[in-house]
Amino acid sequence: MDTEFIAEYIPLYVEASRLTISIGLIGIVLSLIVGLLIAFIQYFKVPVLRQIAAVYIELSRNTPLLVQLFFLYFGLPKAGISISSEGCAIIGLCFLGGSYMAEAFRSGIESVGKGQEESALALGFQRSQVVRYVILPQALSVSIPALCANMNFLVKETSVFSVVALADLMYVAKDLIGLYYKTDEALLMLVISYLIILLPISILAALLERRLRYAEFGN
Amino acid sequence: MEDSIDEVNHMAEQSILLEAKNIVKDYGQGRVLDDVSLQIHKGEVIVLIGPSGCGKSTFLRCMNGLEQIQSGQIVLDGEVITEGKTDWPSVRQKIGMVFQNYELFPHKTVLDNVILGPVKVQGRDKKEVTKEAEKLLERVGLLEKKDAFPRQLSGGQKQRVAIVRALILKPEILLFDEVTAALDPEMVREVLDVILELAAEGYTMLIVTHEMQFAKAVADKIVFIDGGKIVESDTPEKFFTQPKTDRARRFLNTFIYEKETGGEKL
Amino acid sequence: MQNLGIRVLFMGNNFARLLGGLWITIRISLIAVALSIVFGILLGMLMTVKNPITKALTKIYLEFIRIMPQLVLLFLVFFGLTKSFGINLSGEVSAVIVFTLWGTAEMGDLVRGALISIPKHQYESGAAIGLTKWQVYCYIIIPQILARLVPLAINLTTRMIKTTSLVALIGVVEVLKVAQQIIEANRYTVPDSALWIYGTIFFLYFFACWPISLVAKRLEKKWKTA
Repeated sequence: MDTEFIAEYIPLYVEASRLTISIGLIGIVLSLIVGLLIAFIQYFKVPVLRQIAAVYIELSRNTPLLVQLFFLYFGLPKAGISISSEGCAIIGLCFLGGSYMAEAFRSGIESVGKGQEESALALGFQRSQVVRYVILPQALSVSIPALCANMNFLVKETSVFSVVALADLMYVAKDLIGLYYKTDEALLMLVISYLIILLPISILAALLERRLRYAEFGN
Repeated sequence: MEDSIDEVNHMAEQSILLEAKNIVKDYGQGRVLDDVSLQIHKGEVIVLIGPSGCGKSTFLRCMNGLEQIQSGQIVLDGEVITEGKTDWPSVRQKIGMVFQNYELFPHKTVLDNVILGPVKVQGRDKKEVTKEAEKLLERVGLLEKKDAFPRQLSGGQKQRVAIVRALILKPEILLFDEVTAALDPEMVREVLDVILELAAEGYTMLIVTHEMQFAKAVADKIVFIDGGKIVESDTPEKFFTQPKTDRARRFLNTFIYEKETGGEKL
Repeated sequence: MQNLGIRVLFMGNNFARLLGGLWITIRISLIAVALSIVFGILLGMLMTVKNPITKALTKIYLEFIRIMPQLVLLFLVFFGLTKSFGINLSGEVSAVIVFTLWGTAEMGDLVRGALISIPKHQYESGAAIGLTKWQVYCYIIIPQILARLVPLAINLTTRMIKTTSLVALIGVVEVLKVAQQIIEANRYTVPDSALWIYGTIFFLYFFACWPISLVAKRLEKKWKTA
């Protein structure tokens, strides 16, 4: 193991990690927004949009991110739509993540009984108020474990971003292997970088899930 | 009654709070409510009874728009509310409802359950509403539970909170949908006592229940529904002692019959 | 111009070549799923053992596999094994190894969940009629959990097919690589072919995974109501 080599190239990994984290974060936030939007569309049974959402969910869940990225990055420019590497990465992550988040929200909303909605309506609430004050607060706490799992999944998915020419962790590792043939060192730093990024998220998710499972309202 | 003179009719109409005219409800597999008409006067307590599945709960749920009707009219305070686009949220503030399964909001404390409506729906001042809520909770004996969450309460306590939650909106009429059906027997009394008290205070109420003794005690009028139609309506004294129709008689008999065999089996 | 790009699909055997490329990834997935089911059941049984060392080891294995992006695992096997142990693995073999490792972890956890959901008296009554531990598993427990595992295994298959698209990044000539070759070959005659080819691949994957997802969903619902 060449420790000098490792020390020399750590900054590259730090830089790449930063890229992975920032794009992952933007992608996750956008996915959450898209997911919530779709969950609302499904809940309110908005005509037309609802069918579009259903098609989107199936497309998104049944195609790999890598293929989505190839289409965005190499295909679309031929139709006159050129999107930057970062743009493709974010759109791709959001396209993929939106459907997963939507499913997480949906199952949370479904877990709130019909009677809750009716009792709120009977008090004179508008439909939107029912969602805001009664359904969402209960649905969210049910959804949180699934949402966390999705975040984890999305951060892992960022590992394919090197195909749209982003200098992410995989890109750096592959580069070092190709240029210097320092495979062991490059791979070790790769694994450690991902552990540093992903371990806290999964530990947090596990903690949250445990808390939610054992503590209901009023404990 | 029907061929009484116009003037009397007019007088009666004035005190009519809620009226259902020829209500038809159909889920697509036959009529659940078939041409049901009912007048509820101010201060009147009407109890709907009938075998399960007869449509009495559905009727109640049609009155505040939780179920859509296929034809007929609902008139509240002399205004037809089922014509054009109904503003159900404001109608529902005048028609309070209490459910069989309480349906308190599990993520909110007792006090927050009670004040959520007045604060968010009616936009009233939170402090003022809180004071009022505490007064009402005290009346049903639950003031010390105001910071508890619903899951920490017994069924009877939950149902009393649910009643307070409906009352605080100052509705003109209260609908009770089998509010004791999910309760353990020893808790039925505490809930029914609250309702009896409300009746004594002059609240207008429409009650669906299986508690015959309670119905007898609380009702000004008993309405017997079977097969989606009103079969008979009368004062409790008359209905329970000398029912006019065969069906009502048979329905009342099943209660007595059940009681006897229940005793024998034990 | 743009409407012409689609003709590249019908030139020569281009479409058949794309399908051939897709088959490579599907074949890797199917082999990995088959192996994962077998090893997953073993791992799941191992995870219910009360021995603390086995428990710790299986836990570490599970967590490591799950926390790492699959592409990192692919790199570890494809580049790492070659370098450290001088074993020269083809991309395809590396992929089968990695996806089996991953699938085994996923299946193992599902199997463990299913196993602990089987009431204890099922084990005891099996033992009571004189069956050995293995016989109890083979004849009593595994048949019961199989029904629950079927939809999960099918679900895993779609995830596997989607994930095997990654093998393009370790040089396996699968559908994306074939696409690149076709696009390259027609660079001058059909300049906008990339749009059509990658669009086609998008839907090829969709039509490979979607029916499987539907079946899994239906089975899951059926199991829930049963």
